[in-house]
Amino acid sequence: MKDGLGRYGTALFLGGGSDIGLATARALVARGTQKVVLAARSPDELALQVEELRARGAAEVEVVPFDALATASHEAFVDEMFERFGDVDLVVLAFGVLGDQHAMEKDTAAALEVARTNYVGAVSVLLPVARKLREQGHGAIAVLSSVAGERGRRSNFVYGSSKAGLDVFCQGLGDLLAGEGVQLLVVRPGFVRSKMTAHLDPVPFSTTPGAVARAILVGLERKADVVWVPSKLRWVMSGLRHLPRTVFRRLEI
Amino acid sequence: MVRPRDAADVATALGAMGARGAIARGLGRSYGDVAQNGGGLVLDMTAQRGIERFDEDEGILAALAGTSIDDILRAIVPRGWFLPVTPGTRFVTLGGAIANDVHGKNHHGDGSLGDHLVGFELLLPDGQVRQVALASDPETYEATLGGLGLTGIIVRATVRLLPIGTSWTRVDTERAVDLEDLMGRMASDDHRYRYSVAWVDCLARGRSLGRGVLTRGDHATREELPSALARDPLVYSPRMLASVPPGVPNVVTRAAARSFNEVWFRKAPREERGRITSLTSFFYPLDAIADWNRLYGRRGFVQHQFVVPFGQERVVETAVELLSSGGSASFLAVLKRFGPGRGMLSFPAPGWTLALDLPAGQPGLAQLLDRIDRLVAEAGGRVYLAKDARLNPALLPDMYPDLDRWMDARERLDPGHAWRSDLERRLGLGARQRKDALT
Repeated sequence: MKDGLGRYGTALFLGGGSDIGLATARALVARGTQKVVLAARSPDELALQVEELRARGAAEVEVVPFDALATASHEAFVDEMFERFGDVDLVVLAFGVLGDQHAMEKDTAAALEVARTNYVGAVSVLLPVARKLREQGHGAIAVLSSVAGERGRRSNFVYGSSKAGLDVFCQGLGDLLAGEGVQLLVVRPGFVRSKMTAHLDPVPFSTTPGAVARAILVGLERKADVVWVPSKLRWVMSGLRHLPRTVFRRLEI
Repeated sequence: MVRPRDAADVATALGAMGARGAIARGLGRSYGDVAQNGGGLVLDMTAQRGIERFDEDEGILAALAGTSIDDILRAIVPRGWFLPVTPGTRFVTLGGAIANDVHGKNHHGDGSLGDHLVGFELLLPDGQVRQVALASDPETYEATLGGLGLTGIIVRATVRLLPIGTSWTRVDTERAVDLEDLMGRMASDDHRYRYSVAWVDCLARGRSLGRGVLTRGDHATREELPSALARDPLVYSPRMLASVPPGVPNVVTRAAARSFNEVWFRKAPREERGRITSLTSFFYPLDAIADWNRLYGRRGFVQHQFVVPFGQERVVETAVELLSSGGSASFLAVLKRFGPGRGMLSFPAPGWTLALDLPAGQPGLAQLLDRIDRLVAEAGGRVYLAKDARLNPALLPDMYPDLDRWMDARERLDPGHAWRSDLERRLGLGARQRKDALT
């Protein structure tokens, strides 16, 4: 149960091993969240992160295996989480893969894996999560979308389109849940300096996992539908969305 | 949420109940989540109101549980009776008052509402209605009194009333320069008054730390009334003075609270004896302003009330110190002394109780209250669950030593856990059952 001071009792992280997922978990624990469940593809690599969350004051930290691509198992996975941990007050969807745009233009299988992970995997796990939260009558979901989904760019359109699909899916799902006591927050970060982007050169308006985590907490508290990180990207992206296609095409972005 | 009109409606609603159970709700004056049930059924009991029997000679009143204290007072005060215990608002139901075992300004001498009941009727999950009196069924009585609605739905109750000669009170007011002075005055002569309560200025620092205004009194007799009032000594016509519209921003800032507290302290007479005050302004000052809670803006406020045993005055002092230095604007801090409690989860226990209103948006508030909770638990004290929205569940067994007995009683009265609430889930009150199921 979210308490009278806005603290979430139990939080589930899908993609709990991601830099943004872990940064958000640390920020929540610092604010008083007692129970943290990290659902990750490689649970064995998270032992140190678990210790750190405990040291920061979490009463209970669990790591469970979760694979976004294993869509057939998602329904049962969600059932098991709510069975095992009781009411879940916050679900953070933080999994996602970037892919190598150039390589994917030749390697269709690699492009499909990005689309399957970021879009199909998210749809597959968000629907049962939304059903559970509706049943319990309270809760929040934060979904990591991306500004890359706001307009197709030749430099990252496979990743961008997967996030665009996820973003639109979440807009509609958020409206469906709005009257049910469940909040859905769409988070649109710009370039985040994390392990997913470590091999790339940073771009303007780049940000950090910690800043994304703080923005998620603020957005949840304000009951926002969408947050941009950094927040000025909202206006930058709004400008870019309205550029004529012929002009946009010539931009080196 | 459904609003059943009668027992048949309740049965229909419970028949359609899902896995998230049901909880009864009264007038919604509990500050926390004790009468909320996300995803489950909430039974608004306020349609089932009405006084069924009022024995004017003996002072016995039987009413449906959805009857409000306001309804009851309008019927009984003009006939020379008063409720033996009343909380700080008239807008609570009889059922809610029992489920939270409410206390009033007279707890040090008269105990809580549970000390003045002939008995009540409790609806069990199988549809049976059980007659519960302390003498015949002490376990059910003590589990239900302060039992947060989790042992069954209170359907009706019978109360022993207090005779009064007039609808006025005779009040003594004194100012205390600091917390020690205040507690000293209360400890030495509270026993001479039926009602006693102190307002504490949590924003005063240094030598004035914990200064306050002590108001104590009793019901006035006819002889004590001035002749203008004595003509109609039992007149009772509570009025609303003002109401706060929706959408007001939070006006309870630290600066506002500080000036309010300063004015309140200065306005109080240094010492005044025998002031004749109406029942409503003595017992229910906030009821005159409808929707006063809106003054705290969109984020609202939290209430925090704890009690620590006599001899642990140091904890009260530390709490006031932490609040005065922690930047929390407490509009209203109320100190009083409790006598013995009765229910297994009843809040009152012999000692000092401090109640605070705190705007929820303040940074650091969560940590501050957690710290106070730990001190309270270590001192053998507890927080008031009817007002709680944020307690760390790990402290619960220390605060409520009868918790195990209560859980046993609940298992007996409601083995399937049909009665559930957000508070019950948040504090893990049903957790033991889950643990048993795993082993």
